[in-house]
Amino acid sequence: MQQTEELAIDVRGLATRFGAQMVHEGLDLQVRRNEIFAIIGGSGSGKSTLLREMILLHRPDAGSIRVFGQDLLALDRQQANVLRQRWGVMFQKGGLFGSLTVAENVAWPLHEHTELDDTVIDGIAALKIALAGLEPQAATRYPSELSGGMVKRAALARAMALDPQLLFLDEPTAGLDPQSAAGVDTLVRELRDLFGLTIVIITHDLDLLWQVADRVAVLGAGRVQAVGSMAELAQLDNDAVRPFFAGARGRSARAGAAPGDGDISAEGRGVAWKTK
Amino acid sequence: MALTAAQPPAHGATAAAVSQPGPDQLLLSGCWTVACVGALDAQLRALQPAAATPAIADARQVDALDTAGAWLLHTLLRRFEEKGVATQLQGLRPEFMPLFALVGERIATQRSAKAAAPPAGHTDPGVLQRIGQRSWRTGQQLVAGLSFVGETALALWSWVTHPSRIRWRAVLFNIRSAGVDALPIVAILSFLLGVVVAYQAADQLRRFGANIFIADLVGLAMLREFAPLITAVILAGRSGSAYAAQIGTMAVTEEIDAMRTIGLSPIEILVLPKLLALLIAVPLLTVFADILGVAGGMVMAQAQLGVSYADFLERFVSAISVTSYLVGIGKAPVFAAIIALVGCFQGLQTRGGADSVGRQTTRSVVQAIFLVIVADAVFSVMFSIAGL
Repeated sequence: MQQTEELAIDVRGLATRFGAQMVHEGLDLQVRRNEIFAIIGGSGSGKSTLLREMILLHRPDAGSIRVFGQDLLALDRQQANVLRQRWGVMFQKGGLFGSLTVAENVAWPLHEHTELDDTVIDGIAALKIALAGLEPQAATRYPSELSGGMVKRAALARAMALDPQLLFLDEPTAGLDPQSAAGVDTLVRELRDLFGLTIVIITHDLDLLWQVADRVAVLGAGRVQAVGSMAELAQLDNDAVRPFFAGARGRSARAGAAPGDGDISAEGRGVAWKTK
Repeated sequence: MALTAAQPPAHGATAAAVSQPGPDQLLLSGCWTVACVGALDAQLRALQPAAATPAIADARQVDALDTAGAWLLHTLLRRFEEKGVATQLQGLRPEFMPLFALVGERIATQRSAKAAAPPAGHTDPGVLQRIGQRSWRTGQQLVAGLSFVGETALALWSWVTHPSRIRWRAVLFNIRSAGVDALPIVAILSFLLGVVVAYQAADQLRRFGANIFIADLVGLAMLREFAPLITAVILAGRSGSAYAAQIGTMAVTEEIDAMRTIGLSPIEILVLPKLLALLIAVPLLTVFADILGVAGGMVMAQAQLGVSYADFLERFVSAISVTSYLVGIGKAPVFAAIIALVGCFQGLQTRGGADSVGRQTTRSVVQAIFLVIVADAVFSVMFSIAGL
């Protein structure tokens, strides 16, 4: 019992296949509470499918997935809906509703799932939009009028709308300029510290991995090849892991992480992040 | 690990509550999280601060706090302050403090922004302004539509002068999807239309003993009017909408822009094959609809009026001139051009997201059917002047 309480996500013996193609074959994965957990792997290694399975969008063929101790495969509709409110998902392309403004996008989950006053909801939505690093003017704009980076931030604000305990980020920095990407690095850490979140990130961004991730799982050949901090993974000699550390990008990301490594929340605790 | 804001105890999470044991005391308890604060708002409203006594809000029993909870807590404190009661918050767990402070800051900036902003500057536009805006937009649409037709005509001309550039593969594909695949629905609807026309006429004709004239009536009505019209309406709903949706989605996903940057003309690749395909398919479908429509009338004539198939056909051949047939077929290419051009134009006008695709698709169908009927009326006027 103690152990399940400490685990936010517990995946065991997961198997997924599409037709004859095996995507996962006996995959085991544990995400602890309050950690920033990254999932990496080459194209087609089943990262996105794993994410979809963890957020109840795809049903695996075998194995079990427990989120907050609840078996996803044994949930009825009611329980699933309750559980869904405990996590937020930021999709790779945002998944914002095109017919709603950014503020309406963020406020919708609150309107649907809470009995709060409209004024309170508007206030909370504005707060989440500011937290995500968007200017207040962006709130009244439609997703089609936003830049790529702003779409990501708006999507993050919506994922945070219900103060979830668990946040899934699918490629949060893909398509962002380096400055915005660095902003996401700090944002992710600060959100974790402020709200006590568990954050699961799917990413290819080496800087994000070095700067933010507490632990990283490397997917390959249908299972988890290695789990550990980036520093630990760097020591490994594994075909699935090595590409992330070799090459100019791998080395520079590592070098960039070296000095500041460790003092994650020294400056993050404050509210300096409002300035994006 | 500390029990932090967003992690209420998994078991025995209690609803947020606030009570007032004494006039200058507030007792806050439970999980002040978005899932548990439902009943809180009413409780907060019921609280009445005792006049002019500083109050103390005891938050030691608050087990969890999230943004919504912090917001309500601030609302409570502010309400007391507004009534002149200085309220002090005590015992809030240290790990909740950053969030509480953050929300407080947010509320403060929001209020100052509201105070600083002048009361909504722009009022509702007046009637004249709205009429002007609408007319301006309609005018712009017309100009855009006209230039689109011009561009397409130029591109079509380049195909005529350089036939080797015609993309036959795409044209043939579109003929199949818009023409061949539409045969069943055109057959059923035009047959039923023939039945309906004959049925309506049968009663009147029987009264005058003019049963055999059913062939004239069904023949003229179907060949001159109904067959081209029903074919055009079906095609507008079936293919025009598909063109708008396809091109609209491509516009949203930047495929059209990509085409332009590669140096390919969207008009030549997307519009012309569809236009050419419909120009070929719609007249052929109209002939098909002619046959089925007359057949439907023939069946009805025998059933209701006792006109045998042989009599019907004999009368049909002598009564219906080739001109009537050609008048009907002649309209078909015009209808085809309207459907293809409107569908493609509305698709290319798509801006934004999924919403816009739906809107443009609807617009393409409505405008295509509207223009087809207008064109049909114009044809009628022209033919009556020409005496056809």
